[in-house]
Amino acid sequence: MSALLTVRDLSRHYAVPGMGGERRILHAVDGVSFTLAAGRTLGIVGESGCGKSTTAKLVLGLTPASGGEVLFEGAPVTATRDARWRAMRRAMQMVHQDPLAALDRRLTVGEQVMEPLLIHRLARGKAARERALALFEAVGLREDHFARYPHELSGGQRQRVVLARALVLEPKLLVCDEPISALDVSVAAQVINLLHDLQIRFGMAYLFISHDLKVVRQIADEVAVMYLGRIVEQGPPEALFHTPAHPYTQALVSAVPSLGRRMRERIVLAGDPPNPVDRPAGCPFHPRCPRAVSRCRSEAPTLRPAPDGRLAACHLVPAADSVSAAA
Amino acid sequence: MTRLASSARSRAHPVPGSAAVSHEPLLALDAFTVAFAGRDHTVPVVHGIDLSLARGEALGIVGESGCGKSVTWLAALRLLGQGVVTSGRVLLAGRDLTAMSEREIARVRGGRIGLIFQDPTSSLNPVLTIGAQIGEALALHRSLRGEAARTEALRLLDRVGIADGRRRLRQYPHELSGGMNQRVMIAIALAGEPEVLVADEPTTALDATIQAQILDLIRDIRRDSGMGLVLISHDLGVVAELCDRIAVMYAGRVVETAPARQLLAAPRHPYTRGLLAALPKLEGPRVRLAPVPGAVPAPEAMPPGCAFAPRCARATAICGTRVPELAPIDDRHEAACLVLGPHDSRLTAPAGAPALAGAQA
Repeated sequence: MSALLTVRDLSRHYAVPGMGGERRILHAVDGVSFTLAAGRTLGIVGESGCGKSTTAKLVLGLTPASGGEVLFEGAPVTATRDARWRAMRRAMQMVHQDPLAALDRRLTVGEQVMEPLLIHRLARGKAARERALALFEAVGLREDHFARYPHELSGGQRQRVVLARALVLEPKLLVCDEPISALDVSVAAQVINLLHDLQIRFGMAYLFISHDLKVVRQIADEVAVMYLGRIVEQGPPEALFHTPAHPYTQALVSAVPSLGRRMRERIVLAGDPPNPVDRPAGCPFHPRCPRAVSRCRSEAPTLRPAPDGRLAACHLVPAADSVSAAA
Repeated sequence: MTRLASSARSRAHPVPGSAAVSHEPLLALDAFTVAFAGRDHTVPVVHGIDLSLARGEALGIVGESGCGKSVTWLAALRLLGQGVVTSGRVLLAGRDLTAMSEREIARVRGGRIGLIFQDPTSSLNPVLTIGAQIGEALALHRSLRGEAARTEALRLLDRVGIADGRRRLRQYPHELSGGMNQRVMIAIALAGEPEVLVADEPTTALDATIQAQILDLIRDIRRDSGMGLVLISHDLGVVAELCDRIAVMYAGRVVETAPARQLLAAPRHPYTRGLLAALPKLEGPRVRLAPVPGAVPAPEAMPPGCAFAPRCARATAICGTRVPELAPIDDRHEAACLVLGPHDSRLTAPAGAPALAGAQA
C-alpha cells in the first residue's frame, strides 16, 4: 500500500507496583492500528491518560513498543538509537506543546533552526543560514528574528521557530503533540492556518494529537478518538463530530462548550475515566456509558466498520455487514 | 464623578433570571487600577476598571493571557501581596475592600466571597485531609466545630456531588482525581456561604468530560442558592455557558461588555469580533480561520492611544492619539472604541461579522 505510516496492533504496557507489592500492568496503548497517507492529517483526540501522547512516542521510536509494529515508508521503526533510526528520524519530526521548553534558551533561534542541518551534515555555513532563513520566511518570521533568543519572542513566534526547526530537514511526517494548546486564541488561529499552509506547500503528513475537538476538526482529514489506550471511533471529522456513533464520542462532542444555543442535550458522563491499571472488563467505557447493556460488561467490542464506512468499537453501533435501522 | 457614573450604570443593568436584584451592586470595581512595582519604576497592568455585579448575577471576564483578567480580581481581593500597587475602590455591598484591615479582608475571602482557582490540586494543602481543609473553612467562617462541622462537611461534599463522603473526609488531595479535587475546592468555597463565587479558570486544567461536570455543578449551585459568580476564563465557550453578562478585557482594560447572548451574536468592538472569528468551531462549514494579526503588547511597551490599534483592521489615525473610554451602544451594551463612536449604535449584526457558532444551522 502507499501509506506513509502504518501502525499495526501497537501496544505499550508498563509494569507498575500495585498495593501489595505485586507488579501490575498499565495498558497505556493497547492494540492501536491506523494508517496515514503522505500529505494527509490524522487527528488523535482523547482525554488525559487515553494514550494519545504515548502513541506519538511509539510512532517515532522514542519509546519501545510492547507489541505490534510501526512501519514508516514500509520499513519498521524501532526504538534502537542506531544510525538507521537517526536517518529515519530525519524524515519524522516532532512539535511539542510548550515551545519555550522545546527551545534552548542559550542559543539564538537562528542557530537552533540551523542546528539539525549541522547535526545531519546536510549543510553548513552560509548554505545552512540560507536554508534556515528560507524557513523563517515560510513560517512567517522576519530575518531580524534570526539573532534573537527564545525569551525575546512571543509564544506564537516561538512555536513558529519550532516549526521552522522541524521543517528544515524536509520531513515527510510531522508528529504534533498539542502544538497550539499553550497559545492564546488569536495566536492559535495564526498557527493553525500556518500548519495548513505549510502542509500544502511542503506536502508532509501530520499526526496531530490534541484534546481540543474544535482544533482537530479544523485541521484533520481523519480523526481517531482514543479511550483507555484504544481507538473507539475513527472517521472523517464531519461524520465524527456531527453524528458521533460511539457513546464516548457523543459525550465528548456534547461536552464542548458552545457559544450559542446547543443543538443536543449535553451528555454529562458520571465519574472519572478509570485508571488504566484497573481497566474494566468488557468494554472499557461501560462503567461510564449511559447506554451500556449486559453484553458490554463481559465482551470487549472490536473496532469494526459501520455502514457509513467509519470505524467504531461499540456493540450498539450496527456493523457494516448487518445493515439495519440505526438505533 | 466616576462613582456616580458607575452606580448609574449598574442601575441600568437589571439582571435576567436572578431572584433578588437590588439597586446597589453586590460587588463593584470603581476606577480600579493595578501596577507591579519594579526596582525603579512601576508597570501598570490594569488601567482603570469599572465593573459591577448585581446580586445573583453571573459575570464572565474574558481575555487572553496578560490582559489582566485574573490580576484584577486577585488584586481586588488583596491576594497579590507586596509589590502590587492598586488604586480605586472595590466595593462589597458598599464597603471598600481596599480600606479594610487584614483581619477584615481575611473574613471576607472565603466568607462573603468564595474563591476557586485553575489548579485544584495545588490550591489544596497536600498534607491535610479533605475533612481538615473543609473543617478549617467552617471554623473560620461559620464557627462550626466538632460534630456540627462534620455533619456540615458531609452535606457540602454531597452538595458538590462527591459520594461516599465519610471516606473522602479522611483522604488526602493526592488520593483524588483533578475533577474530584475541584469539587472539594468548591465545597470549601461553599463552606463560607458566599454571596459571590470568584472562579479563576476553574475548568482549564480539567478534561472535557470533567469540565462539563464542573460547569453543571456550578450552574446547579447558583440555581439553588442564588449565589453570584465572577467567572474568569480565556474560553468564551465556558463563559457563554454560565454567564448572564460578559466583559471582554484587552491589555488591562475592559473593551466591551454586554449581555452574553448579545455580545456573542452582535459583538461591536473589533477585538471581540476578532476573537470570535479566530475560534475554530465544531458546527457549520469548515472555513479558514481569521486570526487577529500580531500579538498582545507587553505591559511595559504599550502603544499610545488604543492598545488594540496596532492589530486592528479598522484603526484610523485617531486611534493612536487617545485611549477610548467605554461608551454605551445601548443601555446594556458598552464598547471602548473610537472608530465605533459613542453613538454608532444600530444593533443590526455588523457587516462582515464573524459567522458565529451561535448562529448554527
